[in-house]
Formats: sequence, C-alpha cells, structure tokens
Amino acid sequence: MYESFFKIVEGIPLTLQVVSISTILGIFLAVAVALMRISGSKLMSLPAYYFVYLIRGTPLLLQLYFVYYGLSQFEFIRESILWPLLKEPYWCGIITLTISTGAYSSEIIRGGILSVSKNYIEASGALGLSKAKTFMLVTLPITVRQALPAYGNELILMVKASSLISIVTLMEITGIARTIISKTYAPVEIFLVAGSIYLAINFIIVIFVNLAERRLGIEKAT
Amino acid sequence: MFDVFALGPTGWGDEMLMGAVMTVLVSSSSLLLGITIGIIFAACKLSNFFILRAIAEVYTTIIRGIPELLVIYLLFFGGSSAVMYLAKIFGYMGYIELNAFTIGTIAVGAISGAYSTEVIRGAVNSVPKGQFEVGKTLGFSRYSLYGKIIFPQVARIALPGIGNVWQITLKDTALISVTGLVEIMRQSRIAAGSTHEPFIFYTAAIILYLLITRLSNIVFDSAEKKYSKGYVSREAI
Repeated sequence: MYESFFKIVEGIPLTLQVVSISTILGIFLAVAVALMRISGSKLMSLPAYYFVYLIRGTPLLLQLYFVYYGLSQFEFIRESILWPLLKEPYWCGIITLTISTGAYSSEIIRGGILSVSKNYIEASGALGLSKAKTFMLVTLPITVRQALPAYGNELILMVKASSLISIVTLMEITGIARTIISKTYAPVEIFLVAGSIYLAINFIIVIFVNLAERRLGIEKAT
Repeated sequence: MFDVFALGPTGWGDEMLMGAVMTVLVSSSSLLLGITIGIIFAACKLSNFFILRAIAEVYTTIIRGIPELLVIYLLFFGGSSAVMYLAKIFGYMGYIELNAFTIGTIAVGAISGAYSTEVIRGAVNSVPKGQFEVGKTLGFSRYSLYGKIIFPQVARIALPGIGNVWQITLKDTALISVTGLVEIMRQSRIAAGSTHEPFIFYTAAIILYLLITRLSNIVFDSAEKKYSKGYVSREAI
C-alpha cells in the first residue's frame, strides 16, 4: 500500500497542472461566452447558445476523442500551425477541458450577471460611469459574489474530469492507479489510495472556496 | 462520404444505431438502480439514527468527490471477485464473471444513486410539514402516510432534479466504453479505427447523444407538465 501510495502521489502535479491551466483559460472563454449570450444580438447569442448546448449535451470523453483523434484525420490540420499542440495528448486534454469548463461556467457567470439588479446599473449610469467602468466596477464584483458557490462545484467537477486524460495515455493520478491495478490486481487498495488523494484535493478546494465566500461576505443558505 | 453509414454488412449505420440503443438501455437501468439507491439513502439521511446518517453522508461524499472513472475501474477489476467472495459465503465455489453491462449498470447506478439521494432528500424536505402532521392526526399509519401522502408529492417535486440526474447518467455511460461494452462511444471508436474516418464517426456519436438528450428533454418536460397539473408555482402566488 505504501509503495503504490508513493507511485500515485507522483501523478498529483500533472493533475493539478492540467486542472489549473484549463480552469484559468476556461474562465476567459466562459466570460466571453456569457457576454455573447446576454449581448441581445442574435448573431452573438445564438452561436453561444448552441456551443453551450453542444458541450453540455455530449460526454467529455467523446469531446476528448473528437479533439485528439477526430481532428488529426485531416491533412490541413496536420499542416496547420496548431498541429504541434493537437498532436500532443497533453494539449488535447487541456483544450478539451478548457472548452468544457468554459461552457459550464459560462452558464454560472451568465446567471451571476443576470442577478445583478438593474438599479445598480442605472445608478452607476446616473453617476456618469462609462459602460466599461460599470461592468468592471459594479457588475463584475457582484457577479463574482453571486457565482462563487456554484463555481466551487465546477472546480471539483474539473478535478474529477481531469481523470479522463488518463485515457489518452497521460499518467496523472488515475492513469498511474489504472496501471498499478492492471499489474497487481488489487483494485480496492489502489481505489482507496487514489480516491483519498482526490478527496483530499477537493476538500482543500472546498476550504478555499469557503474562505473566499466568507471574505466576500456571502451568507450561506441554510 | 455517407457510404460508411450504410445499413447491413457494408456500413456502420446499423451498428451505430445498436450502440445508441445500448446507451439508452444501460443509462435507463443505471437510472432505475440509482433512484432505488437514492430512495434508500435519502431515507438514511433523514433518519434519526446517527449511524445511518453517517453511512449515507460518507457514500455521497465519496461518490461526488472522486472521479467516475475510478469507480468504474474498481468495479471492472474488483466486481467479479467481490461477487465470488459473497457467493463463497453462501457455499458456491465456482467461477463467476460479471458481464460489461452488469458492471456498467452497477458502477453508473452507484454514481447516479449519490446524485439521486440529494435530489430525493431535497424533495422530501420541501414537502410542507403540515402534510406530515395532518396525516398523523388523521390516524394514518407510518406506512400509508409515506406511501399515500408523502411519496406522490416527493415524486412530483423530484422530477426536474431526476431529469438532471438522467443527463449526468447518460453522459457517464460513455465511460463504460473502457470496459468493452459496445455502446455509442465504443462503437464509434471501433468504426473509426477500422475505417480510418474518426472525424465522421465521432461527429455521428455527438449527433446521437444530442438526439437522445433532446428526446429525453421532451419526455421529461411533458411528464413535468402532466404531474404539475393543478399546482401553481410559488412565484405565481
């Protein structure tokens, strides 16, 4: 058990790395998609709507296969400047996870933006703030406050989702766990070790999200 | 370009459709198992016994905190030996192997059970307290109070939540493809491998999943409409 523990621990950096890179990239995508959806112009909101529908309606594993195997079928992609990224399972994993969290979080952010009371926007207009300033100084801070609890859940889902990249040969926590299971045939033991590592990571995320919520003065619904 | 989807032995059309049928079958049986588990563990979470509450809490925390893939690996590699171990206690010494469908149903059912537990618990909690009190005052037994008064209301309130669990379950079944069950995901992998047309087959798989999602949305929406007849939403009051 000790031996497998130390082997599986070696996968933690890769899991954390993939999760943090795609989460950060995903936030930008999510804000862009959310703004497109509430823009009021059909030309902007429809593509955003279908993008979110497509991503939320299909399994992540399928999206990963599509990016990793499906796109590489074409000559023009293999010759494009994106190829150095798309031929690496690592970047395919990050691209897929970024797109996925971008779609899911855009809904959270959209909900947050829509919950900002119109009175605030009108008030800041009356005070002479520009549209951009209103967004940065009024809408965004309130949105963050509203969206944070749901976004905490999304972070946990991302940690869980990152396990799928083990299927395209990346040796993160689940990848190493699977290799050990198929060698030793001790599934329960390895499950306990890998599972506790994931639970620990998610527990730490919950603590940080709770701290941030308290700092921002979010009252817990009881 | 569409020759590859011909029906019969020349194309992959019928195989892909069978894959879709398998996905729907394994998702439905997982959802049924999940709802059953959900009812049991929701009852545990609402019980007065600390031990039962603790067990249910540990179950939902573990399932919701670790990757689905790990749960599937646990059952895939350990399911058969667990069943054989149980069989040995009852005196059966032979070799038992669970098929991919059973393993998949148990694994995804266990996952959707955790989500169903929360949905059902929330639904029971949102039945007004007066309903319980009136039932008791009218002399209903515990059994008929829950069977005739509480359960129908819980079913109605839980329906939208169960709809969400169904979407999660449907997508989770794609992960069973790693155990060899030939559903949409596995079938499109096989077809993509043998025709060297991964793009077309993964696109077809995406369309199949979206179709199933769309159809099930229609079913759940009409069920919701049917069972909320005569109820006014709280916002309307």
